[in-house]
Amino acid sequence: MKWFAIAVIAASLLLPPFLAGDFYINLASQILIAAIFALSLNLLVGFGGMTSLGHASYLGVAAYISALLTSRYGFGHGSAAVISIAGAVVMAAFFGIIALRATGLGFLMITLALSQVLWGLAYRMSNVTNGDNGIAGLTRPAPFGISLDRPASFYWFVLIVAAFAFLMMAIFVSSAFGSSLKGVRDQPRRMAALGFNPWLIRWITFIYAGFWGGVSGLLYVYYHKYIHPTSLSTTSSAEALLGVIAGGSGTLGGPIVGAAVVLLIKNYASAYVERWNMLLGLVFLFIVLVMPAGIVPGVSRLTATMRRSPQ
Amino acid sequence: MQFWIIQGLNSLSLGGLLFLLSSGFSLIFGLMRLANLTHGAFFMLGTYFAATAMRSYEGLNIWVTAIGAGVAVGAIGGLFERLVLTRLKANPLGQVLVTLGMSFIISDACLVLWGGDSIPVPTPQNLQAPTRLFGLVFPTYRLVLVGCAVAAAIILYFLLERTRLGAMIRAGVDDGQMARAVGIPVSNLFTIIFCLGAGIAGAGGVLGGPILSAYPGLDADMLPLALIVVILGGIGSLLGAFVGSFIIGFIYTFGTALFPELAYIILFLPMIVVIAFRPQGLFGRVGA
Amino acid sequence: MTISRRQFVKGVTGAGIASIATPNFVLAQGGEPIRIGLLAAKTGPLASGGIDMDLALTMFLKERDNTLAGRKVELIVADTAGVPATARTKAQELVEKNNVNCMIGPLAAFEALAIADYLTEKEIPTLGVAAAEDMTQRHPSPWFVRLTSTSAQCAYPLAEYSAKELKYQKIVTIADDFAYGHEMCAGFQRAFEDNGGKIIQKIFTPLATPDYGSYVAQVKPADAIFLGTAGSNGFRFLRQFIEYGLKDKMAVIGGMTALDESVLRNMGDEALGILTTSWYSAELDNPLNKVFATGFRKQFKYDPGYYAAGTYVSGEVLETALKSTKGNVEDKKALMAAIRGNNAQTVRGLIKFDEFGNVIGNVYIRKVTKSDGRLVNSVIKTYPDVTQFWTYDKTAFLKNPVYSRDYPPAKNLEQ
Repeated sequence: MKWFAIAVIAASLLLPPFLAGDFYINLASQILIAAIFALSLNLLVGFGGMTSLGHASYLGVAAYISALLTSRYGFGHGSAAVISIAGAVVMAAFFGIIALRATGLGFLMITLALSQVLWGLAYRMSNVTNGDNGIAGLTRPAPFGISLDRPASFYWFVLIVAAFAFLMMAIFVSSAFGSSLKGVRDQPRRMAALGFNPWLIRWITFIYAGFWGGVSGLLYVYYHKYIHPTSLSTTSSAEALLGVIAGGSGTLGGPIVGAAVVLLIKNYASAYVERWNMLLGLVFLFIVLVMPAGIVPGVSRLTATMRRSPQ
Repeated sequence: MQFWIIQGLNSLSLGGLLFLLSSGFSLIFGLMRLANLTHGAFFMLGTYFAATAMRSYEGLNIWVTAIGAGVAVGAIGGLFERLVLTRLKANPLGQVLVTLGMSFIISDACLVLWGGDSIPVPTPQNLQAPTRLFGLVFPTYRLVLVGCAVAAAIILYFLLERTRLGAMIRAGVDDGQMARAVGIPVSNLFTIIFCLGAGIAGAGGVLGGPILSAYPGLDADMLPLALIVVILGGIGSLLGAFVGSFIIGFIYTFGTALFPELAYIILFLPMIVVIAFRPQGLFGRVGA
Repeated sequence: MTISRRQFVKGVTGAGIASIATPNFVLAQGGEPIRIGLLAAKTGPLASGGIDMDLALTMFLKERDNTLAGRKVELIVADTAGVPATARTKAQELVEKNNVNCMIGPLAAFEALAIADYLTEKEIPTLGVAAAEDMTQRHPSPWFVRLTSTSAQCAYPLAEYSAKELKYQKIVTIADDFAYGHEMCAGFQRAFEDNGGKIIQKIFTPLATPDYGSYVAQVKPADAIFLGTAGSNGFRFLRQFIEYGLKDKMAVIGGMTALDESVLRNMGDEALGILTTSWYSAELDNPLNKVFATGFRKQFKYDPGYYAAGTYVSGEVLETALKSTKGNVEDKKALMAAIRGNNAQTVRGLIKFDEFGNVIGNVYIRKVTKSDGRLVNSVIKTYPDVTQFWTYDKTAFLKNPVYSRDYPPAKNLEQ
């Protein structure tokens, strides 16, 4: 059963460039980028127990820095990427210090507020960011001289980065640090009594999540070749959060599935269903009523019950 | 001098509007520990309700409309709570998903029913003439709004602190098991609280209508404001919501007038500052 | 992600066709319909305009039995939700999945900027509605035309009219704090001050402003206030403006979207007498508009405005071009040349395109009056053949930076 699932997953990841047209390959790339973003958010939400509504900050910061450096200051993509990720990490470190003063709804609100401040700055500082015209005419990097302009080439690039990101986050979560993070999520006082530093553990996780958020931001700006303040908006953060919760926040596969569902409804089903916003809401309601822990835990429970019951 | 007076009055009216918006949210969150992210959508429903009702029936009384909207939106909220939210007691993330999902449904439904235009809510006839004081002109309705906020605060206070229902609610919140043990129907009370919160949102939407008008996106514009007020004022404190509303009203009004470059962030700065130094908000209880 | 067989076949076919770079004369002209993609924001805050765009274009095609220049037409509508990333994705969907031959829209400047390089790369003739100045000035694309107006194009005539005929000397401008508002106010300021007036205050309100009360209180005394707003924000500001009693002290004039028909239909007598400028009015007295406006009103119960007219005119321009290419859309270069080269007779009058792809046409000064019991924008003056450069020298204009919040600098602001 498990091998079958793995085979299906591998097939759906490796086959699109061979089977589908450009539009579907591009859709698959978008799903992978959203998945990395959701996975990074899930480090905070699912494994860290910190619900953040401002994660788009890191995506946006990395995207904007890369856009500005490559289009206006003549940087190469390699050095721009490094500086962009560094920027996202610094932002995460700084935001983390402020946000970790609160928990629960207060934490949520601070992350929302900080991302709104960034959003406002992106609009207001129009001589730097070009305000609501956004920055257009961007290019994709050409690692080792290979052009990424064709959808299929770009897809392979994203797939490699996504696989690496997934691996890195899986290692993080299953490591000793990951265990201590889950401990802090569940029993912060006991962890403190045992000599751990909950604040430091949370802060490091915050930064790591910001790092991968920045990576997804780079892929995002390479894909779209355009960046606009809406990418930093609360809607952007909220969609990722909804994807994480819908897919299943305590798991590694959940955010990927959730992000895919949200993206497919937004960008694909919207061509067939005019009331796709309502559809999205109904899907969420359905998921919560039928599979309260999310799609992935729900489905695995379902397959476990099916396997157990004698047919 | 004129500038200060008018902006001062503007601050008061904005504060009044914010209280009408956020008191329902504060109630639900303080008593049920549930962040009702559908709150903006409930408010918007009230505004659209007012827009249609008051434009179809000339001279329909705004107070009657507010009560009508309150009852209607409260009923919708109650159904939502009974059918969906009760199952999510220990699932805060699920609550986020479901309340946001519901807000998508409501806002899309509004788009279908009312289209994409902004629809104004008429100011009540007898309040249309502006008030003249100190040689200035100021819209009368805005002053009345401040009065509404104060009235709402007083009513809620009496309801929670001086009635039997309020006592039962507080008991159910402080110690659910004990309350059930003495025969208080806690889950019914939670439904009542949610209905009340949603109803206040709907009524608030009607009362805020003449100033805001009904338009798609009103829910997304209003929800962050409610959140800011409640966080600033302190979770679980109606007094905090009241004071917080007026603080935000003043800071926003004067801030945007005196420092236009900070217009985008002036709304969030006070909240960030307060939380950085006092995470439970101005009047919140520690550990609440 | 599963792919159904139909999608598989379509996808492979699409991939096959997309990989052929040269125009596809192989496609049978008679058999294949002309596919038009419409990018409209049908959900989100811009929904009002997007819905009108869809309704008007659908009506246009239905009037012609979905046939243009003898060929069947298929319209595919994509909802951009007013988000640039979605606009780009939808543009890709229209081009790669639906194989559209040309596109109409999008509505917002940032949506247009998000897809500009894509449609240039894919060589898709696009008839735009969005007003962003630079799309037809410093960064034009050979595949893009715009038949509505740049942000400032309609503001210039009103500025001259205010100074010369209304004899206003001091004006306050207010607009939303984004490029469209900046560009329109900049153009208005330039023309107004060139004609001897002074802009004494420029207010830009942030996009998500809950309450306009504090902005109303900031307005300085002047002869008039110019509204460079779009959609619901301007209308909400105007209501507050009137409630604070300021309409008795200052005149109100507005740009092309401030008191659009879509806003006017929800207003009352307080709007009477307000002057605005636009490239269209539902009251235009030409035979084409009589058919359009009456038909639109009959079907949808309200007057068409900026957005509805925008797509209807796009349809008319496309039809004129198709008539001259005899229905051929596969030769994209010829189609584009026909779009740009032909002067089209439309509901807004006769229009031509300049070398950058922007429209040269009439601009109308309108006054809000009552007709048949409803508010309308009556035309009181027509400025013929207005270009995006107004009376300014084109080369000098393009050497200057694009209009923004601070350019041209406002030298007459009162403190």
